Amino acid sequence: MTRRQRRLTLIGGALGVLALAVALVLVALKDSIVFFNSPTDVVEKHIKPGVRIRIGGLVTPGSIVRGENLAVRFDVSDGKSTLAVAYQGLLPDLFREGQGVVAEGALDPSGTFKADSVLAKHDEAYMPKEVADALKKQGHWKDDYEKKVGAAPQGKPR
Amino acid sequence: MIAELGHYALVLALALALVQACVPIIGARSNDPVLMGVAGPTALAQFGFVAIAFGALVACYLRSDFSVVNVFENSHSLKPLVYKLSGVWGNHEGSMVLWVLILAVFGAMVALFGANLPARLKANVLGVQSWIAAAFLLFILMTSNPFLRIAEPPLEGRDLNPILQDPGLAIHPPLLYLGYVGLSISFSFAIAALIEGRIDAAWARWVRPWTLLAWIFLTLGIAMGSYWAYYTLGWGGWWFWDPVENASLMPWIAATALLHSAVVMEKRNALKIWTILLAILAFSLSLIGTFLVRSGVLTSVHTFASDPTRGVFILMILVLFIGGGLALFAWRAPLLKQGGLFAPVSREGALVLNNLFLVTACATVFFGTLYPLALEALTGEKISVGAPFFNLTFGPLFVPLLLAVPFGPLMAWKRGDLLGVAQRLFGAIAIALIGVAGMFAVEGGGPILVPFAIGLALFVMAGAVTDILERTALLKVPLKTALTRAVGLPRSTWGTAFAHFGLGITLLGIIGETQWGSERIAEIKPGQSIAIRRYDLHLDGTTTRQGPNYREMAAHFTVRRNGEIIGVMEPSKRHFVSRGTGTTEAALMRRGFAHLYLSLGEPNADGSIAVRVYYKPLVLLIWLGAVLMVVGGMLSLSDRRLRVGAPQPARSKAVLAPAE
Repeated sequence: MTRRQRRLTLIGGALGVLALAVALVLVALKDSIVFFNSPTDVVEKHIKPGVRIRIGGLVTPGSIVRGENLAVRFDVSDGKSTLAVAYQGLLPDLFREGQGVVAEGALDPSGTFKADSVLAKHDEAYMPKEVADALKKQGHWKDDYEKKVGAAPQGKPR
Repeated sequence: MIAELGHYALVLALALALVQACVPIIGARSNDPVLMGVAGPTALAQFGFVAIAFGALVACYLRSDFSVVNVFENSHSLKPLVYKLSGVWGNHEGSMVLWVLILAVFGAMVALFGANLPARLKANVLGVQSWIAAAFLLFILMTSNPFLRIAEPPLEGRDLNPILQDPGLAIHPPLLYLGYVGLSISFSFAIAALIEGRIDAAWARWVRPWTLLAWIFLTLGIAMGSYWAYYTLGWGGWWFWDPVENASLMPWIAATALLHSAVVMEKRNALKIWTILLAILAFSLSLIGTFLVRSGVLTSVHTFASDPTRGVFILMILVLFIGGGLALFAWRAPLLKQGGLFAPVSREGALVLNNLFLVTACATVFFGTLYPLALEALTGEKISVGAPFFNLTFGPLFVPLLLAVPFGPLMAWKRGDLLGVAQRLFGAIAIALIGVAGMFAVEGGGPILVPFAIGLALFVMAGAVTDILERTALLKVPLKTALTRAVGLPRSTWGTAFAHFGLGITLLGIIGETQWGSERIAEIKPGQSIAIRRYDLHLDGTTTRQGPNYREMAAHFTVRRNGEIIGVMEPSKRHFVSRGTGTTEAALMRRGFAHLYLSLGEPNADGSIAVRVYYKPLVLLIWLGAVLMVVGGMLSLSDRRLRVGAPQPARSKAVLAPAE
């Protein structure tokens, strides 16, 4: 086998694997990515029930209602709109009233968000970035919060 | 005073780094031995000053000197000693000092142990290494000085994030950094080779032990981090495809590819350009990992307080080194001579296949990690790319790779015989097929992929054993001869076998944990039980205890198996007063390779408590496999030919008899 043939075999093999990877990525992107929405987005974008999304905001104080079998309902707000969330299971350590939270799931026909996972992100400042951005957009970003944790606003990748 | 001393030592280290970054390289160009000789002593002195700075920071922490901002923000006088120490790197500034310290350690090691390196290569390598050190020292001094003082010192510190107060975290970052930063040596070697425009098999032999060392630490660091997440986060997951985890996985995959391609270069003098490119890419991925984690682009437990100027600074370092490295590569690589020929079906071919799949898998992880960031920067749309994406892309790419693993070591160099190797792998193939059939029989209606995945894991493991059996001819010659042969085998052969066997073990653990695990969640009161599989966990009651810097509510469970008491488990919830936050401490009980995993939720007003219990079969194999890979790496590292170093022209060949 000459050097040229060997190189062609190599390049052919590499392209084959690359094509496979691109195909896999495209298929995976179609099925497995989830969009993040604030409660205001949910209202404004008219998101259909059953579409998997992530939502985030602050847990409205006084809205947590616990039911049988670890069922829990609470409201998530970005200051402008509020979304009712239903979840069944253990809530993370950092979940509490007034704190930022991110939930993944889908809307049910009645407009309640059925979450199958709830994350209160384990970030040092205890504020998920998505939630912080959503709050900033609604003009409800608390300045004193920043001073309290001594963190500057997060930079977007530019 | 100590803080100022540390600060001053950092400035001196920067000055030395700048000297070391220029003088030896000028010396190498003009072939001046005096200028080249500057590299060694400056590397050692640089290490000395960075060590003083790091020691000063440690001292500030141990003495709980809250007049230093960094200590105030991350420590507490009541914190146990080990967490005062780990608090040093549990924050942005301190972790960057650790990063630079490890960089300096590696530089000093090249200076110390690189006596048999050609003078020019050594001067260039240390020079390039110092470029990196200078950039990061500048970064620390300009944007993240850990020695800043507070005008009016507070009496008490703000404490370290409770979730970071864990023995696992005390050692996870240093291990990971040893791996990340260790790859800088491979990078420096690659850049030095490009500067010289010369590269040979000896170069690969020098680079391999360094890459191997970095790879060992990276493997340990990732496994440690995964185990830490498994038992501290309280939901029993060991890998979340979190961007920060991916940031450590990508350099690991690249380093794995580099290890394999360096073998081809060392033994056959082929794949030179590709190896150089991989060395540059592996360290670039380390830098990207540092950027992702440290810039605040991502939010997770690893992202310490973020500040845009830092992100921009690290981004500049990133562009400089990756862009510069790749530009130099594009310019100089064509100068390098192509090496030996080989047929596609050969040991070289198998290693190329390995590299092809590893690099592609790495690229999909890279895409999945950075796509959401890019999309958000460009369109403002926020998406999350989670486990399903990676399982769909990374998984299928690893299957052909794993299938090829047993073939590689049995293949002959230059021109291999696929059919012959398949015949020699007959035993392994048979074991795999029996495994598949057995699984079908036992599992019946389960997911169709599981039996095949088990078969694949068995094939990889049996393949590794076959390699050793073939080489020692264990079943064909008398036992004694076989044993003599086993002892006489090069350590790197044993290393390969161990690492590949470990890969199979890890795969087995992953399949076991994901496919056969069970989970129960319930709210129970004292006196009630929760059952899982054959186990029955009886809640006897709860107690409240006072820890050094937290209050703890512990639940006492008696565990019975088929009615027989086998032990107690005590999960707890800790509340840290200083930060007003808590952690969940899961309780683990080992059953063979399986774990019973018990964690608590919030207690309710009526006295009941939410409890989550998992039975995780084979879960320990995941980390056991990683440990075996590390053992393999260490065996390989102790191989005689790496200790002896590369053969030098005009020296006696007898001492340096090649390993194979």
